[in-house]
Amino acid sequence: MNRLIARFDLHYPSFRLNVDLDMPASGITVLFGPSGSGKTTLLRCLAGLERASSGFMQFGDIVWQDETRGLCRPLPDRPIGYVFQEPRLFPHYNVRSNLLYGYNRIRSEERRIAVEQVVEILGIGHLLDRRVHHLSGGEQQRTAIGRALLTSPRLLLMDEPLASLDIQRKQELLPFIRRLHAELAIPVIYVSHAISEILQLADRIVLLKDGIVAGVGGLNDILTSLKFRGNLGSPRVGAVLDARVAGHESQYGLTQLAFKEHTLFVPLQPVAVGQVVRVHILSSDVSLVLGKALAPSSVLNLLDATVTEIREIDQSSVDVLLDIGAPLIASITRKSLVNLGIKPGHRVCAQIKTVAINEELME
Amino acid sequence: MMDMDLSALWVTVRLATTAVIVLLIVGTPLAWWLAHTRSPFRPVVEAMVALPIVLPPTVLGFYILITLGPYGPLGRLANVNLAFTFTGLVIASVFYSMPFVIQPLQGSFEAVGKAPLEAAWSLRASKFDAFLTVLSPMALRGYISAVVLGFAHTVGEFGVVLMVGGSIPGQTRVLSTTIFEHVEVLEYGQAHTISAAMLTFSFLVLLAVYVANRRFPIHVS
Repeated sequence: MNRLIARFDLHYPSFRLNVDLDMPASGITVLFGPSGSGKTTLLRCLAGLERASSGFMQFGDIVWQDETRGLCRPLPDRPIGYVFQEPRLFPHYNVRSNLLYGYNRIRSEERRIAVEQVVEILGIGHLLDRRVHHLSGGEQQRTAIGRALLTSPRLLLMDEPLASLDIQRKQELLPFIRRLHAELAIPVIYVSHAISEILQLADRIVLLKDGIVAGVGGLNDILTSLKFRGNLGSPRVGAVLDARVAGHESQYGLTQLAFKEHTLFVPLQPVAVGQVVRVHILSSDVSLVLGKALAPSSVLNLLDATVTEIREIDQSSVDVLLDIGAPLIASITRKSLVNLGIKPGHRVCAQIKTVAINEELME
Repeated sequence: MMDMDLSALWVTVRLATTAVIVLLIVGTPLAWWLAHTRSPFRPVVEAMVALPIVLPPTVLGFYILITLGPYGPLGRLANVNLAFTFTGLVIASVFYSMPFVIQPLQGSFEAVGKAPLEAAWSLRASKFDAFLTVLSPMALRGYISAVVLGFAHTVGEFGVVLMVGGSIPGQTRVLSTTIFEHVEVLEYGQAHTISAAMLTFSFLVLLAVYVANRRFPIHVS
């Protein structure tokens, strides 16, 4: 497995970026943090657009930057695709020429991604002969993504590519990003400060704060961690599970999902059986009952769980971390914790009131 | 028009064309530097480039004459005398018309910004490739203004030409100095012909530029 190693120490008059990363170069890694935390600067360092006087970057076997040797390969010499916040299309070219700009500049034996494939994934076939200023914001950004993909990059950097779009366009584009990653197998580093994008896209999160890496980990590790809670405020803390569609109960308007040995019911989804959907379970929607899930209940989603950790949040509430084959997190009152006598190692039943799924994550 | 006038026309066109070509080659990197540098010397360089706008042409011409002449630093160094030659006139014109080329270029480079270039680099275009295929077309209006203003301003120069070139027929006599020569010997008819031609030419060139700019707007989103 390829690894990405990046160490940068970059000083600006009012800002310092100081990161030391060593992580697998696979899947979608989201650089997450508040504005001004250095997400874009880190991305630009990875691309070679900013040069840290003290910097090292290695992708797989290839060293792109090593300032101890004075080495810093410029961006055109790095097999990187870069999607900026704004589309940055070339206004004097039409959509086709924009798409082919990079494609025509790589050797034919390096072309692993075909024009037709990208056009199909991004759904821009009908736009090819248009001038770019006649496109909508979403169409422009899709063209920009396509243009970057057609350089057959080894690594795709995306800097909040959806930030300038309205919610509807975001919804339209997120599935494209998921698809292109699934179908083209290019590792993606994606800058975002939108929790909804993380929930839908991330395999791995790099948490940035004030120019420093505050945490690196799998989506669920970070989502259920205290650091994340501190950065986000409590309401949106929760766990994310990738569950398989097991069947539909259309007479009840429900879709049945399977996750490990558990069953989850969600409102009927237009998704084929066998497909994987990503669900988000907020900690505030999980309540706990002692013992096994046996007693009849009006709550459909009852999961057997083991308490792994109890975290103090404030005077009245605690987070209970649960193991259901994956981490799950429940926010309960301190009073309930004491009344039920919940301790790490206990077997409990987690009652889940609401399960948010895929596009619903976009609120 | 007399032969003398035709040869002056030819010298003028050659001079203005050469000066504009030199200015585009020298001016592009300089304008790019001015548009993007954070150097503290930027205002100094900008002021120097703008000097010919406010300086009496005779002052500029005087210093260039001294520099290019046989006893000037250039003359001693290379053992050449460029004063009263066509080459000397080109050098003088380059300095004299520099602000009219640099300023439109600088303005358009600033308007285009670095963002499209970064996009081009991320699409494997080398710096030179990105300059040719992205920056130049996007800064086309700046280039049109630079070429037209640089050419017209060189055609219209008089004081510097007289100081450095000396109005030698066939070599350094241009249209503007020819008018002066005609008036000196009271040949008002010839002076009228050339003046009217230059007036018409200047107006038509400017008109063409404005019409072209309006009809073929270059979209920069």
